[in-house]
Amino acid sequence: MNNNSQSIFIKKDILIRLVEAFFSDDFISNTASIPFKMRPKNAEVPYRCCIYKEREIIKDRIIADLGFSVENLDESERLEDFAKKSLERDKKEETPLTVIDAACKGCVPSRVYVTDLCQGCVARACEKSCKFGAVTIEGGRSYIDGNKCKNCGMCIKSCPYNAIVRLIVPCEQACPVGAISKNSNGIAVIDFEKCITCGKCVAVCPFGAVNEKSQIIDVLQGIKTGKKVVAMFAPAIAGQFPGNIYQLKSAMLKAGFYDVFEVAQGADVTTRNEAKEFTERMKEGKPFMTTSCCAGYNNLIKKHLAEIKTFVSDTKTPLFYIAEIVRKIYPDAITVFISPCVAKRVEVAENENIDYVLNADELGAIFVGRKIEIMEMPEIEYQFNSSKQGRNYGSTGGVSSAVKSLVKDNDVNAVPVIIDGLNKDSVKQLKKYAVDNCCPEGNLIEVMCCEGGCIGGNSTIANQKTAKRIINNLLEKSEDIV
Amino acid sequence: MKNIEVKICSGTTCFVMGSSFLSELYEIIPQKYGDRVTVKPSLCLGQCSNSDKHSKAPYVKIDEEYISEATIEKVLNILDKKVCGNE
Repeated sequence: MNNNSQSIFIKKDILIRLVEAFFSDDFISNTASIPFKMRPKNAEVPYRCCIYKEREIIKDRIIADLGFSVENLDESERLEDFAKKSLERDKKEETPLTVIDAACKGCVPSRVYVTDLCQGCVARACEKSCKFGAVTIEGGRSYIDGNKCKNCGMCIKSCPYNAIVRLIVPCEQACPVGAISKNSNGIAVIDFEKCITCGKCVAVCPFGAVNEKSQIIDVLQGIKTGKKVVAMFAPAIAGQFPGNIYQLKSAMLKAGFYDVFEVAQGADVTTRNEAKEFTERMKEGKPFMTTSCCAGYNNLIKKHLAEIKTFVSDTKTPLFYIAEIVRKIYPDAITVFISPCVAKRVEVAENENIDYVLNADELGAIFVGRKIEIMEMPEIEYQFNSSKQGRNYGSTGGVSSAVKSLVKDNDVNAVPVIIDGLNKDSVKQLKKYAVDNCCPEGNLIEVMCCEGGCIGGNSTIANQKTAKRIINNLLEKSEDIV
Repeated sequence: MKNIEVKICSGTTCFVMGSSFLSELYEIIPQKYGDRVTVKPSLCLGQCSNSDKHSKAPYVKIDEEYISEATIEKVLNILDKKVCGNE
């Protein structure tokens, strides 16, 4: 997953300006002026056809950051109006993603295409390789009949000149479940009946056209109006900021949060329950069990993979357990989950103990906008200590090794199988395990929607290596789970 | 020859704007330049504090010179020139 592209940089730039506007003396008009500050008169036009389109797309991004859908906008509505509305709403939007149609390039449809490199050679390997009779030679060059072509790619492999290529639409290619496709105008549209909210389209779109609808204003409004806003951050978040988690806590308190919890604490509850459940299931003679903490995977099961439901652990997610604990301690607080993940927005919407979600980059924008230097903050302890295993939940392999460490029954041997990233192939693989009622490679299947685990999440800041290094520093100082 | 000093900003702004992607420099620089160049992380270099300047992050400081919108290639290019004395 690429979280260092220029389009993501621009998204963060806008978020920071929005936070600065929020805490300025005039949020509404300072928000409305962001497109003009970023693309002032006579400024270079770096990406689009003209400065007006650049500003319009920045405006649309701000509307998404204010928490609204960009599809079907009334274009006559001004940015000021959206800023005002964002302060007044008390209900969240239902779907977490929105496509900025003005930003969508309308990529050419995905297909196999013969380029000018074709030499019209004598070998005719392409024609011979095609089982569907789609390739013919016309005018001394190879030609593909789109009506016959099945996109198998055999001609691509056969060409001695590498003259045949597959044109791809990045969002369609990245979507594991075929939920994003182009409408009759060629613009990407998400089918929310199918969408598992994994966020892969957000990360891959080279034009930054798919956006999350942010809840940053709702959280900041809570802080500004003096409400108790309590944060809990995912284990992967520990690797998304400089310094350590104790400095991160004091940075968050300085940003106005009332208290901060590690979701790793909830992960410890998940590990204990899941180890117990795994032992029971194996003793009952079940062929395998899958983990249940990944929100993208849970959405996949619900919408596309009902077959596997009986094999999925009934244990709740780390977020579920920590949110329950936090709600008990602070019944009247606004609770916020700090997430590296787009899919968690769906889980949060279904859990009344959590009110809002902030991404790593949204929290980062708050720190930057409030000029908080994490590395220079004092260290503050947490109310509870989380284990080494719980703090490692965000890396691929972390969940299954945590569960395995607590499976202590002599008759049960946990053999982890890691699904490191959901894509069209791994979805097929999971379906096969379920239909065959058998997993030849092992019995404890850990499913991570994002490659590398949550540290490879689609709403992260740091590259995986750095995130791992920071988290490993923390693990060295943490105690084993008991 | 005088030792060249590279500081990679680990301030909040630079980190949020992508300075973790410069971390390969901690391996590349000693490998490539040996002890002629030292590289270390730094607390906030103070370059981002003026308005709009966050959009020029991440920053790297090479001796007394500040590099904005730093990338691995950009830093190595400057170091190549400095080490060869072709500034």
